[in-house]
Amino acid sequence: MDAVVVGLDIGSASTKAVVLKDSQIVGYAILSTGFNPQYSGIRAIGEACEKAGINPKDVVYTVATGYGRINAPFANSRVTEITCHAKGAFFTNNRARTVIDVGGQDSKVISIDEKGRVVDFQMNDRCAAGTGRFLEVMMRTLDMNYEEMSQAVINSENPSKISNMCTVFAESEVISLLAKGERRENIAAGLCHSISERIATMVKRIGLKEEVIMTGGVAKNRGIVKLLENKLNTKISVPKEPQIIGALGAALEAKEAILKIKQS
Amino acid sequence: METDYRKMWEDLGINMEKHDQLLAVLPFVYRNVYLSQKNRPKAMEYYDFVVSGVHGIRVKELLDAKDAGKKVVAYFCLYVPEELVIASNAVLVGLCGGSNFTDQEAEEVLPRNICPLIKASYGFKAARICPYFQAADICVGETTCDGKKKMYELLSELCPTYTVEVPQKPDTEQARELFYREMMALKSKLEEITGHKITVQDLKKSIGIVNAKRAVLDQLISTRKAVPPPISGKDSLLVFQIAFYDDPQRFTQKTKELVEELQERIKNKVGVVDESAPRIMVSGCPMAIPNWKLHHIVESSGAVIVVEESCVGTRYTSMGQIDNSANTVEDLIRAISDAYLNIHCSCFTPNIGRVEDVVRLAKEFKVDGVIHYSLQTCHGYNIEAAKMEKSLKKINVPMLKIETDYSNEDVGQITTRVEAFLEMIRK
Ligand SMILES: Nc1ncnc2c1ncn2[C@@H]1O[C@H](COP(=O)(O)OP(=O)(O)OP(=O)(O)O)[C@@H](O)[C@H]1O
Ligand code: SF4
Ligand code: SF4
Ligand SMILES: [Mg+2]
Repeated sequence: MDAVVVGLDIGSASTKAVVLKDSQIVGYAILSTGFNPQYSGIRAIGEACEKAGINPKDVVYTVATGYGRINAPFANSRVTEITCHAKGAFFTNNRARTVIDVGGQDSKVISIDEKGRVVDFQMNDRCAAGTGRFLEVMMRTLDMNYEEMSQAVINSENPSKISNMCTVFAESEVISLLAKGERRENIAAGLCHSISERIATMVKRIGLKEEVIMTGGVAKNRGIVKLLENKLNTKISVPKEPQIIGALGAALEAKEAILKIKQS
Repeated sequence: METDYRKMWEDLGINMEKHDQLLAVLPFVYRNVYLSQKNRPKAMEYYDFVVSGVHGIRVKELLDAKDAGKKVVAYFCLYVPEELVIASNAVLVGLCGGSNFTDQEAEEVLPRNICPLIKASYGFKAARICPYFQAADICVGETTCDGKKKMYELLSELCPTYTVEVPQKPDTEQARELFYREMMALKSKLEEITGHKITVQDLKKSIGIVNAKRAVLDQLISTRKAVPPPISGKDSLLVFQIAFYDDPQRFTQKTKELVEELQERIKNKVGVVDESAPRIMVSGCPMAIPNWKLHHIVESSGAVIVVEESCVGTRYTSMGQIDNSANTVEDLIRAISDAYLNIHCSCFTPNIGRVEDVVRLAKEFKVDGVIHYSLQTCHGYNIEAAKMEKSLKKINVPMLKIETDYSNEDVGQITTRVEAFLEMIRK
């Protein structure tokens, strides 16, 4: 029997924990990161262990990833989310060669080889343009929820043209569109279009290699996934719970770390 | 000790309140970035000393030189030959411009959204917190990038400024001719300011002084080919930053001592890091003091920087050893102007030389990866990154492109990129 390991992904928006046993996910948790990343980390692990019916004391090794990885002194080691998303995505689909991770603050495109190793990556610049945070701000302005936002892409026949990607400017653009009487659905679809345009450019920069897999919270927006598929002219697979793939990758790193320790 | 200089600073017209703030943070940053390093060469003590007295001792030296009738010439860019300035019996000091400390003052005049180096160069004068700037009799600028060129126009309202024209296509006969004439014009300008007529002997001597400095810096660069390298990237960067404003002869002597220690280390297989640490080249925009941001991130993540293709690295010595055997002022200046067109700066076109340099250095220094560094809105370097990446791909060296400024906002993001890059290299 395998040792119990934990992968903890403290992202800028949400904190995810995955408990792995015998290479199976036996429990996971997703919480909002809030202002105290260390506390959210501990809570997420606690919750995931509870769901797995495992005493947190029995966890042998923990790897932390994500922005808050430095805020997890209790973890045994730290690995970046780029490596972890690649690892987690490859684990769920070993034909994947391109991983698109769109989270709260960053979007990343990772190119991997036939062994799941990172060979190249792209990451957005410092602003949150084209990420989950951007979408959330717009959702609030439009008074819509995740599901409505995603549906809008499918329903809208005439998506608005949004020319600004900067969150602040785009928000005022949305407000003025609303004032002009534009339908919310069209505006939401327009926003999703511009986000996927931006992500598609990153994919093209790095060079598209099939198959493509999408992870991170924004992968739950089926509208954006669909738009990306059209723009890239390829099929995109989305794992059952795309938001925990970074944490899954961290757990797999933990497993490997134990193996290395055993070998030496 | 610091209090000794307060009167000197006041006499120079320094904005004391703001200056005090600057001096209060610098030691903290320096301790954190530099003194915390393990296993540093002992000879780095000299450079620590220079930094600790950055606005004191060297400024006092300049003022003493001025009292003795010398002039102080300030400059920002490698295309202003130190040889000419020394020959005119003036002292050359390179100005910094590596911090966002004076952005507010700069932005009262300059646009927000320009290169941070340009903003700082102007800001330090506008805010009156740089004693070197205050002590300078003239600032010599150059027409390299548009931002700097236009900034010098504004700077001329604050202090006497003279701008050298740098051609854009250095391989042509016209360019060589133009730059030669520009150097002759600079010579006349310097003579006018200093009242000293530049002679053949002056030039032979000054070329010798600067050749010696470049020779020792080339040796320093070479020591870092060793696996593991005997000196950190951060320390080497500091040595080059100080080369811009220290007394050239003393600097050469001190750097000789450093190189000797490093060669000894190599013999004894002493390195600053473990042999397995990834070896990184940084290529791109200059890093003016106290811009240690990228080096600090990279070396805190367990890698070591072994070479900089930069104005604070290999470009600093790319004029090579200049021949001073000619016997006329014109021929000696021709030798200087030809040599200075060998600097492969992105303001040139097509500047293939820079890409070739990076490919060659990647092999010579056995680097595992290259980090391409551009300052925000520096179009020249930013755009050249594409060509660079393509050429490096051909020799299987991965490249990470970083575009940043002097603020700390993006440190987390850059750290993630750098660490992911290192994880990728290690696999
Ligand atoms: N059900 C959902 N449908 C659509 N989008 C969602 C859903 N749930 C979360 N999101 C989006 O996912 C984002 C968070 O994703 P994720 O947890 O991957 O980010 P993170 O890892 O915290 O951020 P980063 O990696 O940028 O630091 C939120 O900003 C939100 O926009
Ligand atoms: S990068 Fe070019 S313009 Fe800038 S300091 Fe160096 S040589 Fe001068
Ligand atoms: S870094 Fe680029 S933009 Fe800035 S001064 Fe140098 S060449 Fe000009
Ligand atoms: Mg994430």
